[in-house]
Amino acid sequence: MKKKLLSVLLAGMMVLSLAACGGGGDDGGSSDGGSGNAAESDEGGSGGGSEGGHKLVVWTWDPAFNIPAIEEAGKIYKEEVDPDFELEVIETLSDDCETKLQTCAESGDFGTMADIILMQDNSYQKFVSFYPEAFTDLTDSGIDFSEFAEGKLAYSTVDGKNYGVPFDNGAVISCYRTDILEEAGYTIDDLTDIDWNKFIEIGKVVKEKTGKYMLSGQANSQDIIMMMLQSAGASLFNEDGTPNLVGNDALNECIDIYQEMVKEGVFYEVNEWDEYVSSITNEQCAGTINGNWIMATVMGMEDTSGNWAITNMPKLMETSGATNYSNNGGSSWYVSSNCQNTDLAYDFLAKTFAGSVTLYENILPTTGAISTWGPAGDSEAYQEPQEFWSDQPIFATVVEFAEKTPSNNTSAYYYDVREVVSTAIQDIMSGGGEKEDILEQAQADAEFYYQ
Amino acid sequence: MESKKKGMSLLAKQRAAGWAFLTPATLMIVVMSFYPMVRAFLLSLQTGRGTNYTFTGISNYARMFEDRVFLRSVTNTFFYLAIQVPIMLILAILLAQLLNNRDLKFKGLFRTCVFLPCATSLVSYAIIFRFLFAQDGLINNALVALGIFSEGYNFLGNAGTAKMVIIIALIWRWTGYNMVFYLAGLQNIEYSVYEAAKIDGANGWRTFWSITVPLLKPTIIMTFIMSINGTLQLFDESVNLTNGGPANATITMSHYIYNTCFLRAPNFGYGSAMAFFVFIIVAILAFINLKVGDTRD
Repeated sequence: MKKKLLSVLLAGMMVLSLAACGGGGDDGGSSDGGSGNAAESDEGGSGGGSEGGHKLVVWTWDPAFNIPAIEEAGKIYKEEVDPDFELEVIETLSDDCETKLQTCAESGDFGTMADIILMQDNSYQKFVSFYPEAFTDLTDSGIDFSEFAEGKLAYSTVDGKNYGVPFDNGAVISCYRTDILEEAGYTIDDLTDIDWNKFIEIGKVVKEKTGKYMLSGQANSQDIIMMMLQSAGASLFNEDGTPNLVGNDALNECIDIYQEMVKEGVFYEVNEWDEYVSSITNEQCAGTINGNWIMATVMGMEDTSGNWAITNMPKLMETSGATNYSNNGGSSWYVSSNCQNTDLAYDFLAKTFAGSVTLYENILPTTGAISTWGPAGDSEAYQEPQEFWSDQPIFATVVEFAEKTPSNNTSAYYYDVREVVSTAIQDIMSGGGEKEDILEQAQADAEFYYQ
Repeated sequence: MESKKKGMSLLAKQRAAGWAFLTPATLMIVVMSFYPMVRAFLLSLQTGRGTNYTFTGISNYARMFEDRVFLRSVTNTFFYLAIQVPIMLILAILLAQLLNNRDLKFKGLFRTCVFLPCATSLVSYAIIFRFLFAQDGLINNALVALGIFSEGYNFLGNAGTAKMVIIIALIWRWTGYNMVFYLAGLQNIEYSVYEAAKIDGANGWRTFWSITVPLLKPTIIMTFIMSINGTLQLFDESVNLTNGGPANATITMSHYIYNTCFLRAPNFGYGSAMAFFVFIIVAILAFINLKVGDTRD
């Protein structure tokens, strides 16, 4: 008897938990979990897009960075424009945002998409070209794009139409440990406005005197090469977006520099992102060169406060148009085609990310998110010296760097070709053949993906 | 059996009951498994980027044989298969034999220990192995401390060692799993058979080959098929441990299929075609295995 009762209880629990799972799944699917009002979203036949009213659903990923930023924007919009405004932020990893977009597009049902979604700048060409039906064209939405930096806008512009409202700035900075440089007899000025030859020379001395590398980076994801290329306005692509690897002088020069840096012990190759981060935090490296969002990572090392300084990156020697400025990363907001209340979404973006100095001032100290929206850069908050960074006014500096960054060709096949090049460079580094042959093969591989 | 004699109505009733029990599961399998398979096959005959597909027949299948990375991934996968599966199964059978010993103390404890790796999630164990073999990871620190290396060796950054790490990880994760099947098989072998062999003067080695292996044959075939199937679909280790690197030296077929669909410019038609290629290989290998293992005349 006891056994029977027990089994009935167990079975009952299973049924209940299954039902709960199902319910939970529904909620997640409709991305309406917070309100728990599944019935409401079912009625409209559209899960995520809140229909009518004053509510917007947002997908974004970083609780230390873009989530507080959009929440602040929501607060400002609620105070200044619409007192009934409601913003629901669902933390969704960048990769997941893209995978969800893709699965929605492949199944032809956008019902589960949020209204406003953040996306990496480098992904815009790919997704807008392949899944245009997932996006809304923002060109005539009333959002004023004229105040954004042109190079930044280019990422989310496809065929002359705007699909994204720029969020953070990806201007490249070089951050160095001033205490380590000092030990080797250098100051931050010795590393400002230099070229890569000089950089390697300094790097060798630093390695010799302190045993530390100058830089580190992932061997399988060539950020540094991409930054070098853009600093001269060059890229892996021709103007029409086809791959340009063979006979690309800038690429050749970058690979040579990279090879020399690794050989001389100036550049520390790692396999994964977390190893890259720990190479900085474990003080194996005297610095790093990356998009300025890397500052959030660096500033996590609180005990090194005051021992960091930033400057521009070294420039290429032989390539024409070489500068000390480049871009890596950064992201923009898009309004999904599932948004039922586009007027609200457009107005929200127009009056916050494309129209509120207060917003950028408020999010700057907490998130370090530096805008590409002109008027924000002039505000007082950007001129403040930062104690962590040897009292440099770094925010103003980054805005200045961003303005000087050349733009370059990109392609919907950006990730494909970038991976082919990363593979080719690894082959070259491991001595897998002549550089020319490997690049020729890489060109063929890249063209294969375009078919 | 008796019910047959009692007339058709009862038989019909039983049949109906049987079908009633079968139908839900069958329907679920058809809807959840077979329908997607058919759709995937149709998709594999189409090409196009984004959602504009056109039927192009077998062009996706032809494309595979020109795709260097895919061919590399096939070679890699078969390399894992050829090296890892035999080592793992032999280890599993030896461990099972050891742990089946009647005089062994704390049998339960040892069995649990060997089986425990199976309880870990694929992703987390792969990441832990990545940490272990990192340039400043535990293994390197130990080797440096012992004076074998002067500085950390980049295990995952070199093609040969990266493959080795994946194989070690796979063996760690799956040996215990296969051992459990062998243990179950061994327990079905009458102890008296061993006793008889002992009386006949057979030593341990002889007993193993003449009694254990033949009697375990069905289990061995099953574990073989499962291991082949699992290895050909290897994904988590390639993604999380080495990320396919360095220079695609460790990428597996499934990993490449995923990249084709989700990381690169999306090409679901081609991805489906490659998935069907994997399916066909698994089917062929399983068929050969069954034929070879078939003892009926």
